Parts: sequence; structure tokens; C-alpha cells
Amino acid sequence: MAAEKIEILDTEGINRALTRIAHEILEKNKGVEDLVLVGIRTGGDYLAAQLQQKISEIEGQIVPLGTIDITMYRDDLGSRNDLAVGQTDIRFPVTDRCVVLIDDVLFTGRTIRAALDAVIDLGRPRNIQLAILIDRGHRELPIRPDYIGRNLPTSRNEQIEVEFDPQHHAQAVSLIRT
Amino acid sequence: MKVLIKSGRVIDPANSIDEKLDILILDGKIAELAPNLDAGDTEVINAAGLLVTPGLIDMHVHLRDPGLEYKEDIITGTRAAAAGGVTSVACMPNTSPVNDNLAITQYIINKAKEQGSANVYPIGCITKGLKGEILSEMGTLKEGGCVAFSDDGLPVKDGEMMRRALEYASTFDAPIISHAEDLSLVAGGCMNEGPVSTELGLKGIPWVAEDATTARDIMLAELTGAKLHIAHVSTKGSVELVRQAKGRGVRLTCEAAPHHFILTDEAVRGYNTNAKMNPPLRSAADVAAVRAGLSNGTIDAIATDHAPHHYDEKNVEFAIAMNGVVGLETLLPLTLRLVGEKILSLSQAIALITCRPAGILGIDRGTLSVGAVADITLINPNKEWLVEPDKLLSKSKNTAFAGQLMRGCAMKTLLAGKEVYSKS
Amino acid sequence: MTFNPKHILGIKELTAEELIFILDTAESFKEINSREIKKVPTLRGKTIINLFFEASTRTRTSFEIAGKRLSADTVNIAAAASSVVKGETLEDTAKNIAAMHPDIIVMRHGASGACNYLAERLNCSVVNAGDGTHEHPSQALLDAFTIRQHKGRIDGLTVAIVGDITHSRVVRSNIYCLVKLGAKVRIAGPRTMLPPGLELLGCELCSNIEDAVRDADCVMMLRIQRERQGATLIPSVREYARFFGLNEERLKLAKPDAIVLHPGPMNRGVEISSAVADGPQNVILDQVENGVAVRMALLYLVAGGEKLQAD
Repeated sequence: MAAEKIEILDTEGINRALTRIAHEILEKNKGVEDLVLVGIRTGGDYLAAQLQQKISEIEGQIVPLGTIDITMYRDDLGSRNDLAVGQTDIRFPVTDRCVVLIDDVLFTGRTIRAALDAVIDLGRPRNIQLAILIDRGHRELPIRPDYIGRNLPTSRNEQIEVEFDPQHHAQAVSLIRT
Repeated sequence: MKVLIKSGRVIDPANSIDEKLDILILDGKIAELAPNLDAGDTEVINAAGLLVTPGLIDMHVHLRDPGLEYKEDIITGTRAAAAGGVTSVACMPNTSPVNDNLAITQYIINKAKEQGSANVYPIGCITKGLKGEILSEMGTLKEGGCVAFSDDGLPVKDGEMMRRALEYASTFDAPIISHAEDLSLVAGGCMNEGPVSTELGLKGIPWVAEDATTARDIMLAELTGAKLHIAHVSTKGSVELVRQAKGRGVRLTCEAAPHHFILTDEAVRGYNTNAKMNPPLRSAADVAAVRAGLSNGTIDAIATDHAPHHYDEKNVEFAIAMNGVVGLETLLPLTLRLVGEKILSLSQAIALITCRPAGILGIDRGTLSVGAVADITLINPNKEWLVEPDKLLSKSKNTAFAGQLMRGCAMKTLLAGKEVYSKS
Repeated sequence: MTFNPKHILGIKELTAEELIFILDTAESFKEINSREIKKVPTLRGKTIINLFFEASTRTRTSFEIAGKRLSADTVNIAAAASSVVKGETLEDTAKNIAAMHPDIIVMRHGASGACNYLAERLNCSVVNAGDGTHEHPSQALLDAFTIRQHKGRIDGLTVAIVGDITHSRVVRSNIYCLVKLGAKVRIAGPRTMLPPGLELLGCELCSNIEDAVRDADCVMMLRIQRERQGATLIPSVREYARFFGLNEERLKLAKPDAIVLHPGPMNRGVEISSAVADGPQNVILDQVENGVAVRMALLYLVAGGEKLQAD
């Protein structure tokens, strides 16, 4: 049976969601003071760069941006065969900062658990918040996003695909049913 | 007691026989060879489709008895011989204690007679204790049954000692078998020196370690006029030295081991301790030279250098593993392989493991002449079998050919007309 | 790509793609070494035994730190090698250690092939920390890593390696590694220290250090074992230094931006002059630093993924 692909968000829709999230972040943190963005590789790092751009457009200030690779913090070392480890690139201290973790899709919550550990290993943030483009449910850990682009109830065997253009701008979000 | 071997292809190189004949054995001796002998009431062995040859002779075997029976003993070693179609072995003296006195020689001969499955011809030490210092009592040992003298396993380092050994042995018309190796050039090496040793990071043994001593011993034979036999020739240079010396009329013979004409040092890869022997497996060019030497008659005999070692002695790091492999049970198919590859004629091949070594040792074996002792091997040259170490009859399983397919095997081995092996 | 080796026994068995994957993985782990909290939980619950039959401070410490930074439990065992069939055999030693269920054994042993021997007999992963004069894969990888760090690439570079080639496991691993990654490798040393057939490994033999070093991008000097002097290989370290030591004058023959590597420990005034060892072109301490990251990558890769269990 051929896979069925349903577009959930187009470029404009993604753009609007990210603009709203940028506003919500600024509102909740009362501006950009001590605010840092950390994107989770890969996907979240691209969205984090887009959010940094939006915040700068709204607030006129560039907030620090880092990327984090959570491979070293995963809990499935013995059962996955792709062992590639990406680089963590955070060139600012996280201690006493308000860290916004950004990822494209929130599913079981295990990636976020690993990302929390990864950030905490780098220092002691004042708080950690979570921004997500798509929350598809099925959490296996008590993790809740602070900013959500779109809630999308899915079944477990469906997949969410986020497409990026060569400049790493999110182009479309689709639901894939097989 | 009468036995008739019927309808086999009889190959007896000593008598230039290669035809379908029947052989009548009477009281352990060959009584008659002729086509279509009448069976009458005699026991008949049907040899249709088989080769019937003199019992094979392996002139270089370590039986490890006395003293090293955990590796092999005269009973198991001769059983392995019989299974390989070998009816006569010459055993090297590096036992414990070494065979440098009459007591040991007689022990070996008596035990072999009473409990062995093959004729055993002891080789005595050249020097007492294999120490290279004092000549052993070669006259007495020869009288007691030793057929040759060798310090095999070790070279006779001192040139003067080797010269006197050759001279002294010639007094009794006994050949000296030289283990030609210059230990100062071996210098702790554990495999052939070449690209493979470089890659594996194992200390190499250069060909010159063999050739230098081969050259010395050949010249000493030339000087003394004594009978010299070079054991396990493995290098291109040594084959050439022998060829040249024979051309000059030196009384010289030599042997090659099957592993030296079948395998190269590539077999060591993976740190395979069952590819560790002395001399070491050499390069492809050396293998080609040994084969050519067998083909053109430079090399006089094929001998296995059957060297059993306990599993524990091989199940170690390569550098500290013992040298040597068992060979009695693979001698025949590996020799026949050279026939298959058109390097030897069948009659040449059989001669190299029957009458020619018999001639070197001066023993009355290796032919099917009427009146000769009926040591006979019945061979199926086409039967394929897999070398499974656990199934070898030798007490030790250190074969270099584990898992390899062999073609050709002994179907029946007769020692003085009596069956000592029959393939089930 | 998928690369989750059960063992790391040598560079010879690895492809260029796999080597680059290891270097890239090491690149990611390197960041941890500059953190305040130098630890990630990647190998939590894994046990690594450093089984060293030869004295080694640098390599053992480097592997130990690598394991600890990955949260593995690391244990060091200094063992004595058996001679011939006296004492405990390597197999028995190894099986006793294996009975304690380590996930990885990192072994250094004086016998070439000892790590292959171990890997054939045990179920756990084996990482070769140097076996006889065979291979020293982690050293070659950290050398390649350091070269890439300074030169931005390995492909197309010329690397000169000078010293006792015959007795060097570092050289064998380095030749495999650098040749696979596209470098041109030149080898020089006294003839007594050049093994036969070396050029078959893909390197070029030079008869003197000058020819090897000329226009090289990298110069790697090997340690001369002082115990070799006065034997049959070299008459004296003094003469060795005169003809094969790297001094400033010889280094000038290399490219102006050439880097100098040494696997350590150095014999100042023998294979390398102090001026070069302390000079601006040396990257020797970078090698040591990178060694930890490379070993973290190796430990991670052998520990990760689904391994086929040997019987």
C-alpha cells in the first residue's frame, strides 16, 4: 500500500506559528534579557535559527543561539545501529540563563529528556523552556512543551515529516500514513 | 599365509612398473607379480580401481617417544603413519632423553616392533645431547639400528664439528642429515621474512639463514666426500645450491616437506600458529623453486617433518608458539596434488615417497620386487576427504591443512603382508 | 553510514569511510574535554578493563580518562606476559577477566597479534592499545585527527615518518590510515630499521631523512628505543641523531607551515632536537589532547549498536 502524505502546515502556516511562538517567548520572559535559544539537532537547530531571526525582528536584539546533539545522552545505545554523533555547539554559558530548547516534533519525550540532561551538564540554567513546532502526543515521560506551533493528534504508526529548504528554512509539515 | 591383491594398477618406480597386475604375498613377502593370477583358496583383496604401491616411506618424523608422549608416542605416531599409507618412518632423535645412546635406540626399535603399526628406523644424534660439542657413538648406534644421524631441530653450529661428523659418519657409511639453519641469522625470527612478516609485525627469518648453512654443509660434504642429506629444503637458494652441487658430483641428497610446496607465508595471516614451522613457510617464489626441484630431480624425497605439538603449545601468541605441524596423514594427497598439477608424473611422485628415501637411508624397503617384504599401500587417488583435526589419528592435531579438501587417500596399508590400516 | 564495530584491532581492516566516521565522531566528543563538567552518561553501566601487559602511562591514562568521561567504569590491570608455556597463558588470563563481564577490554601486549587472539576467544569487545610491532590503531587515528585539525584535510598531504620502522606498531597503523585517507606517506630510517616489503603498504621509501622531509606537510618522528643502540641496529644514539634526528635545519626543508608530530615519549636530542620539540611547528601536545577524544569515539563505537554475539 502506497504511503499517504497529507500536508498539515505550508510555509506560511509554519511562519505564522513561529512568529506567534517568538511573541510568546518574549511575553513570558519579559524581553530578551538572559534569554538563550538552543536547537536540538537536527531540525530543531534550523527552527531555532528562524526563531532567533524573528525575535530580532520584533525586539531588535540578537539572542544567543546554540545547537545541541543529544546522541551521547540517549538511552538506546545498544539497540540502534546508526551511531553518528553530531556536535554540540553552545558558545555561551548557560548558568543562570533562561534556556529555550527548540525541537521540530515532540513525540515520546525521550529526546527532550536527553536534551535536558545535556543542557544541565553544561551548567545550571535559571529555567529551561520547551518550544515545539508539532506536538503529536504519545508521551512516555512527564514532559510538557511551553510553546506549541500546532497540536496534532496522531496514531503511533503515522509519521511527521518536516521539510527544510537548502537554507534550512522550514517549508512544510506533513503527516505520513502507511 | 597367502594374500592375493587383485586387479590393481601396480606402480613400482624402482622396477619401472606401471601396469595392471596381481600381487601374491606369501609369508609376508612378495611372491609373484603377474596379470590374472589364480586366486585359488587364497585370501583376495580386490584392488580394482586402486593404485597398488610400495608402502610409503616418510624419512623425517618426530615420534616424540620417549619423554614427550603427551605430544605423540610410537603407537599413535605409527598408527597415524599407517592411516596415511606410510609403512616406514625414520624418527628424529630430539626426544627426551635424546637418542644419542644405544638404550634409547633399542627402546624405540623394540617398542615399534611390539606395538607399532609401521617400521620405525631411528635416526641418532650427531652430537651427544644435541649440544654440538661431542660426537655421539655413531658406530654403536648404527650397529644398534640407527640409519642416519642428525641433530634435527638444531643446526650443528660449529663448522669443524660438522666436518668431523661427516667424516666420522662416512666411516660407517651413514648419511648425515643436516638441519641447515644459521641461528645467528634467525635472530629470534618466527616466520619467513618478507612483506607478510612486515605487515603482521612478526620478526622475520631471512632465506639466508637456511641458505648459508646449506652452502656450508654442501661444501663440507664436498671436502669430506661424505654422504650428506639436507632436511626440509624450503628456499629457492637452497634448491639451487643442491642442484649445482649435484652437478659437481657431490654425494648429496635432500628432501622437501609438503607444506613447503603447498603453502606460502600467506598462511600465517591471522596469526595462525598451525602455519608456524621451522623452516618457516616461504614466499611463492620459493614454493615454485621447491616444486621445480621435485620435478627435475634436484630434490630426492618428500618427507613430512611430522612434528606433533600439544594444543596448549599452539594455543598461544604466535611468537611463542612451538614450531611444527603434523603431516603423516596428509603426505599422500599433498604429494598427489603435484601429479594433478602436472608437476610430477605419478611414478615420480610415488618414487619420492618410496624407493628414493629408502635409497637415501639404505633400507630394504620401498619396492615391490619379488622377494621384498610386502609393505604395500592401496591408494584411491580420487577419493576426496576433508581434513578434520579431531579425526586425525596422531595424538596432536596441529595440522596446517585443517578444513581443507584433500584428494587421494590410503584404502589399505599392509605391513609385511599384514593389514595395519583399512579405511572404513 | 552504519558503523558499529565489535572490536578495533587494527586500521588495516577499516575503510576510508569508516576512518572518517571515527574522526568525525571524535570531533563531537572533543567538545566534552573543554567543559567544566567533563562527563557525559553515554557509557553509563559499561565496564572497561584496561589490560596492559606492557608499561604505558600515556596510552593507558588516555584510555582511562576517555572511559571515565563517558561514565564507564574503568579498571586498570597491569599483567605480566607469560613466557613460552610457563605461568598463566594469555587465554587463561583473558578468560578470568572476561568472567567478570567487562563490556570492553582495552589491551596492550608485547606479542603481535595478541589482540586478534583475544578477540577470537572472548565475547566482549577488544580494543587494541598496541600489540607487539603490529598495530596501534588509536595512535594512528589521533595522529590523523591532529593532522586534520591543523591542515583541514588529509587527502593530498605529504607525511614523512622517520625512525625505527621495523619495530614500530605506530608506523604500520599510520601508513594504513594515512594512505587510505589519501595522503602520500614517505618513510625514512637507517636500513637496519626498514622491514622488507614496506612499500607494498602504499608508502614511499627514502634513503635519508632529507628526502623524506623535503616539502612535507607533516613530519612524524618515532621514538628510538635506547636499548637498541649498540646492538646490531644502530651503533649509538649519537650517530642516529646525527643522521636521522629532526633538527631545525632539516625541518626547514619541509613546507614552511609543516607540523611536527611525535607519538611520545620523546628522546630529546636523539630523534628530535629540543628546539624542534618546543618550536612553533610542534603539535605534540595536541596529539595527546586529541588522543582522549579519539579513544572516547572508539569506546563509544564498540559499545554501541547491536553486536552479533560470538558463540
